Amino acid sequence: MFSIKEDRSKFPTKKADGTLDIDLDSQKYVKIWQGPNHPGITGNMALELTVSGDEVVQSKTHVGYLYRAFEKLMERRKFIQCFPICIRMCVPEPDINEYLLAASVEELGGIEVPEMAEWLRTLVLEMARVTILLRGVPGQGGTMSLGMGVQWGVYVRDLMLDRFEELTGGRVYHMYIAPGGVRGLLPSGFKDRMEEVLKKVDEFVVDIDNLMFNNAVFKVRTKGVGIIDKDWIDQYSVVGPNARAAGIMRDVRKDYPYLKYDQLDFEPHTETDSDIYARSRVRWHDLQTSVDLIRQIMAKMPEKGEIRAKTPNVLHWKIPKGETYQRIESSRGEYGFYMVTDGSAYPRRINLRGPSYNSAMVLLEKMLVNANISDVSSLMVSLATCPPEIER
Amino acid sequence: MSIKDILSPFSAWKKVIKDPVTVKDPFNDRPGAPRYRGFHKNELDKCIGCGACEEICQNAAIDMVPVEGIETVEGDSGLRPMVDYGRCCWCALCVDICSTNSLTLSNEYTWIDSDPDVFRFIPGYDKKEWDNSKLGWTKPKNYDLNTYERVEMKELHPEERDKSFIEFVKGYSKEQAEAEADRCIDCGLCTATCPAHMSIPEYIKAIRNDDMEEGLRIMYETNPLPEICGRICTHKCETVCAIGHKGEPLSIRWLKRYIADQVPESKYKEVLEQGLEITPKSKKVAIIGSGPSGLSAAYYLSRMGYATKIFESLPEAGGMMRYGIPSYRLPYDQIDKDINYILSCGVEIEYNVKIGKDITIEQLEKDYDAVFSGTGLHLGRSTRIPGSEHENVFFATDLLREISLGTEIKVDEKIVVIGGGNVAMDITRSLARLQNQKYGKVDVLATCLEAEDIMPADREEVVEAREEKAIVDPGWGPKDIKIENGKIKGLNVVKCLSVFDDEGRFSPKFDEDKKKFFPAEMVVESIGQGMDLTYIDSIKDKLEFSDRGRIVVNEKYQSSLPWFFVGGDIIKGPDVINGIANGHIAAKGIDEFLNKK
Ligand SMILES: Cc1cc2nc3c(=O)[nH]c(=O)nc-3n(C[C@H](O)[C@H](O)[C@H](O)COP(=O)(O)OP(=O)(O)OC[C@H]3O[C@@H](n4cnc5c(N)ncnc54)[C@H](O)[C@@H]3O)c2cc1C
Repeated sequence: MFSIKEDRSKFPTKKADGTLDIDLDSQKYVKIWQGPNHPGITGNMALELTVSGDEVVQSKTHVGYLYRAFEKLMERRKFIQCFPICIRMCVPEPDINEYLLAASVEELGGIEVPEMAEWLRTLVLEMARVTILLRGVPGQGGTMSLGMGVQWGVYVRDLMLDRFEELTGGRVYHMYIAPGGVRGLLPSGFKDRMEEVLKKVDEFVVDIDNLMFNNAVFKVRTKGVGIIDKDWIDQYSVVGPNARAAGIMRDVRKDYPYLKYDQLDFEPHTETDSDIYARSRVRWHDLQTSVDLIRQIMAKMPEKGEIRAKTPNVLHWKIPKGETYQRIESSRGEYGFYMVTDGSAYPRRINLRGPSYNSAMVLLEKMLVNANISDVSSLMVSLATCPPEIER
Repeated sequence: MSIKDILSPFSAWKKVIKDPVTVKDPFNDRPGAPRYRGFHKNELDKCIGCGACEEICQNAAIDMVPVEGIETVEGDSGLRPMVDYGRCCWCALCVDICSTNSLTLSNEYTWIDSDPDVFRFIPGYDKKEWDNSKLGWTKPKNYDLNTYERVEMKELHPEERDKSFIEFVKGYSKEQAEAEADRCIDCGLCTATCPAHMSIPEYIKAIRNDDMEEGLRIMYETNPLPEICGRICTHKCETVCAIGHKGEPLSIRWLKRYIADQVPESKYKEVLEQGLEITPKSKKVAIIGSGPSGLSAAYYLSRMGYATKIFESLPEAGGMMRYGIPSYRLPYDQIDKDINYILSCGVEIEYNVKIGKDITIEQLEKDYDAVFSGTGLHLGRSTRIPGSEHENVFFATDLLREISLGTEIKVDEKIVVIGGGNVAMDITRSLARLQNQKYGKVDVLATCLEAEDIMPADREEVVEAREEKAIVDPGWGPKDIKIENGKIKGLNVVKCLSVFDDEGRFSPKFDEDKKKFFPAEMVVESIGQGMDLTYIDSIKDKLEFSDRGRIVVNEKYQSSLPWFFVGGDIIKGPDVINGIANGHIAAKGIDEFLNKK
């Protein structure tokens, strides 16, 4: 309906070495920067776009605006001291880092976490997924000026943050899952208050369906746009919702169950079109899955129990020499910590492997070629990049 | 694409008739959740300044600083945490690790000021409106970042130990010692309190690193009797241990023993003298008495290069450690291990020489450049109640000495011990063993003025004495020893109501109507010891004495006669570690004195 006819003559030709022959003096091309400050992305990241008319002919992703050496800092911290740092590697979904740090330390340190703590960890991780998706799902509309959904999402997210606050003592940085266990049981009446929030999420899910997914403009701007080729999925290690939107079932919760996921009943959603719409739609389903999971967890978890395993004194907790890779299904897909220990009280190396790196540094650059300028942010957001995860 | 896709978004209009969700009243605070991690609070009286908060803070946001009005005392560094909100990330690890639970967070989270410096503050000291807030983060229940129970020490079962004098505390295994050492938070309150200021956290760290040789080296810097102290030290360090506030203090004493036990005597020279260079000095020092103070002075003087010689009136070295403390607590071979090493460092010793009798003090002054005297408290003290002059009434220290000397002592079937201190427990338990050996049963009873809860003996001594079937019946004042036909029949006692007056002076009050009779054939008095200073009679008028009859010394344990240094029980204590400490200080004092001479 609104398709733009391509005029291939505008496009640069390839040089002998395979790079594009872009001569800015030819006045056929303009370089514009999107970012590093851009509301569509959590944190700072810049796209250096070379455009011809309103079409992108080349894109280069620039990161480095957020670099605070988290991984390096952790090499100078005792294991327990790492958990207030690692959360900063993904601000909107910090809990995944807490969990991975804890799981790695526990795996290498031979610590078995109490049952109750495992349930609480599962709960908090799903709460975190709801929290990030409450912004991420409507955020797709936001990139095309449909800001209303974002505002609704932010409101419901705030209610979820209230629950985080009463459970963990913090709204954004929860610092709840610490090596050895979790830092508190559910406060009394928590489940009822949580149910109230979940009802609001249910309403939001319907509202956003009406506002965004059944919206002619949204459909036109997202269907058939930004397709991730099925062949690329393996080639570029596309994971999580981005893979599932292409019809490829990839979910760590199912593939390599951790915590209590094997005791929960859920089926991650898949789509087939692999376009922006499909990816959005998968996340919208993920949101509902998480809500359902929270209800299941609250029903199944024990009322009482130990919250922390016995560990050595954290001030000189030495972890035996070893290495481990621990993974988790984040809202963006597989997210892992590779930890190496040398028998000392400090991690020798912690390396984060998150999906954002591939999304922003490889996929996005590829996908933006031939894209319309007005679709750039939409495309970028549809991959759900979290820049601090790229620069640790 | 359908007509629905055109109409559906308009459903958003339904929100028009809904109440807005944003806060309508921006001026009133929204209180933080009950667990909120807001601004710091600290109960200054409860805080002991151990610095665990500073240690765990990964942002280095906490500095321990001196605070006006808070003194440095035993068990309190006098420092308090100052928090820098330019660095803090409110993770509350400081709260979770706090040794006394004094540090908490309030649920307050707004603080506006134009002066950036105010955000570096001392919670509890710099008054804040949230100081009294009841809500906020406290250490979660059942959530501990450290272990607060001791690793249990294996001991011989009472039935295995009550007939013999073999050591009943078994000592830690490697795993046990490492687990116990792991609980230390390196606060150093122990070091400050230990009379010898031993580097306790450092040698505990050596255990964690499984480096016993390093541990031994660290111990010898301040204490040349680690096997002994590792068994019988009065462990003042443990009373102030920060971990003791939330649970059981570290078994510092047993850890010390663990290190010393791991290094065989044959390796001591190699371990302790690695890279050691001693320049021999021409001056000579005489030491009277081979108790801990004398041994410690001798060891450190010999390390400084002085020729030192100990004069000991008894046939073996160790003083009260050998001739007082029973061998089931401190075996002779362990005393020997410590002393042999000291003697191997060039310290000379002459036994069976009593200064004042065999050699005069003047002679010593003439032959030596300085003299250190640590002659201890070896005279028994009597209750002087009627009957106490009977031949079957003994002093505890005399009996204990005889036992150590290997002399057979009189052990009757029914014995009463008067006294409630550790010495009384030692003689009670020793007599119980001897009765068991002789009669196959125990019938010894210890009684004292103090009620059970204020008995001066260590709790475990009382418990263990009872386990060994001795009777401990405290809270009675001895009236007289009943004697019939020249034979002791028992001890008459009356109820003791209080021991000290309001000013804390010894002034026991009795209820004469409440009487009791403890039948016995033999009575042992163990109500303290006195000193025998007759050997210095000839220089007495040149010395200064305190009101309580003690020789006055300066901080280097130097008396008013510059060449005469005094230490051990006759100055301060009475315990081994004080003797070691003042022997060491006196050695430094003697070195200073001789350098000037
Ligand atoms: C039964 C008992 C149990 C104890 N238990 C403990 C315990 O568990 N823990 C603890 O820390 N402390 C304990 N103590 C106390 C501890 O033993 C003493 O505080 C410590 O030994 C005192 O050391 P010192 O150097 O002053 O002299 P002492 O150990 O008293 O030694 C003095 C030495 O000087 C010799 N001497 C005296 N006069 C002369 C002279 N004129 N010429 C030559 N030599 C002389 C003596 O023969 C003796 O060997 C106990 C004491 C007793 C009696």
